[in-house]
Amino acid sequence: MILDELYYTKSHEWVRVEGEKGTVGITDFAQSELQDIVYVELPEVGKKLKAGEVLCSIDSVKSSAEIYTPVSGEVIEVNEKLSSEPELVNKDPYGEGWIAIVKLADSNEISNLLSAKEYEEMLEGEK
Amino acid sequence: MKRTPLYEIHKKLGGKLIEFAGFEMPVMYSSIIEEHLAVRERAGIFDVSHMGEIFVKGEEATKFLQWVTSNEVEKMKKGRARYSSFPTEKGTVVDDLLVYKLDEDEYMLVVNASNTDKDFRWIVEKGKGFDVKLENKSAEIAQIAIQGPRSQEILQKITDYELSSIRYYHFAVIELLGEKVIVSRTGYTGEDGFEIYSPAELGVKYWNALMEAGRSYGLKPAGLGARDTLRLEAGMNLYGNDMDETTTLLEADLEWIIKWGKKFIGESALAKQKEEGLERKLAGFEMLEKAVPRHGYKLFVDGKEYGKLASGSYAPYLKKNIGNAYLPIEKTKLGSEFEIEIRGRKYKAVVVPRQFYKREKK
Repeated sequence: MILDELYYTKSHEWVRVEGEKGTVGITDFAQSELQDIVYVELPEVGKKLKAGEVLCSIDSVKSSAEIYTPVSGEVIEVNEKLSSEPELVNKDPYGEGWIAIVKLADSNEISNLLSAKEYEEMLEGEK
Repeated sequence: MKRTPLYEIHKKLGGKLIEFAGFEMPVMYSSIIEEHLAVRERAGIFDVSHMGEIFVKGEEATKFLQWVTSNEVEKMKKGRARYSSFPTEKGTVVDDLLVYKLDEDEYMLVVNASNTDKDFRWIVEKGKGFDVKLENKSAEIAQIAIQGPRSQEILQKITDYELSSIRYYHFAVIELLGEKVIVSRTGYTGEDGFEIYSPAELGVKYWNALMEAGRSYGLKPAGLGARDTLRLEAGMNLYGNDMDETTTLLEADLEWIIKWGKKFIGESALAKQKEEGLERKLAGFEMLEKAVPRHGYKLFVDGKEYGKLASGSYAPYLKKNIGNAYLPIEKTKLGSEFEIEIRGRKYKAVVVPRQFYKREKK
């Protein structure tokens, strides 16, 4: 599943841009590759990151994956619910399974990301 | 890459295939957690055809195995299966295995897929001078494991043989859908269950028959991912993680498969180590902080780096993060604490009994 209104990265994160805020999560493809997510090591609020830097890490039963922020900026909110219910990332990757909200440092960066169509094409190419 | 006789079935079931020991194997079908819980609560079915089967036959088969493996062979009765190992002269581990006594002078050895060729070379070398015939039949045999509390009921649906007469770590050659095959009450999950060794071409037939028989019991196909989490919870060692040719049987917490005094390769080195005392030993641990430990992560004891983690995982039934670690012997006491480095940060762990999960015996 891919949502039209989001922007994507080649490393399978998404960002939903609303004004100067970007909500970040991992894609449905990423969660289905990881499966059985048992731990999300949330980033600290206040952390300043450049696009492509490690935002947080996610552990599934089988593996550990690093999640990169699609956009530069400061982490202003994290999804605390994931500490007790990390499986929300599997169940609802674009909704309740969001990871963090970043205050965008540069909204022009969005143009570097993939559109839904481009991301879909990339996934097709990987198959 | 090699494939097992059940490869097409794994693909059809949507198994996520990975490379393991040179085989294309399913790591999971739907979810490791669901498969793990199915085995603990109902039953799971595994393709373990990648495992190696080596046959040892001849007048000196017993004498040879008594020499080349660490556990007792001479007193085994026909129909017994026993967990054992091939030790090196230093008492370290070439491989761990199951020994099946098929007849007075005939045995089947079930070894790890990743070690089959190495093991075969090893025993061929050690077998020089013994009157034995060694045959590696790994490619000709399919092995299916059905594990979990409902296993017997499910398997019983496809055979008239009274399965309750096969006791734990015993086997029988029984008729299964018209063919004679080896069925043992063994497994690598900590649950009751059976393993079926059949000619490769029968694998698909047995898999399908068991899937059909198990439908109403909630039988689930399970992959290597669940196999690993199940064995870890049950306190069973994994070759390559928990022991190898750099760790002795004593260090690997496997003294229980050493039969002292029977004279075998490595016995004197092991006896010497036992007398002098161990410097380190494999211990079970549980994380005190939220984080998932994994094989290869760095350990810190009293702040100093101390080797790498043997095994580690989230344990789906216990819902804890657990593992096995080699620790200095004085630090293997229950309750002793150490640290594991995970992504550059140190997390606390505490030593607990290695059998994290123990099923209730009926």
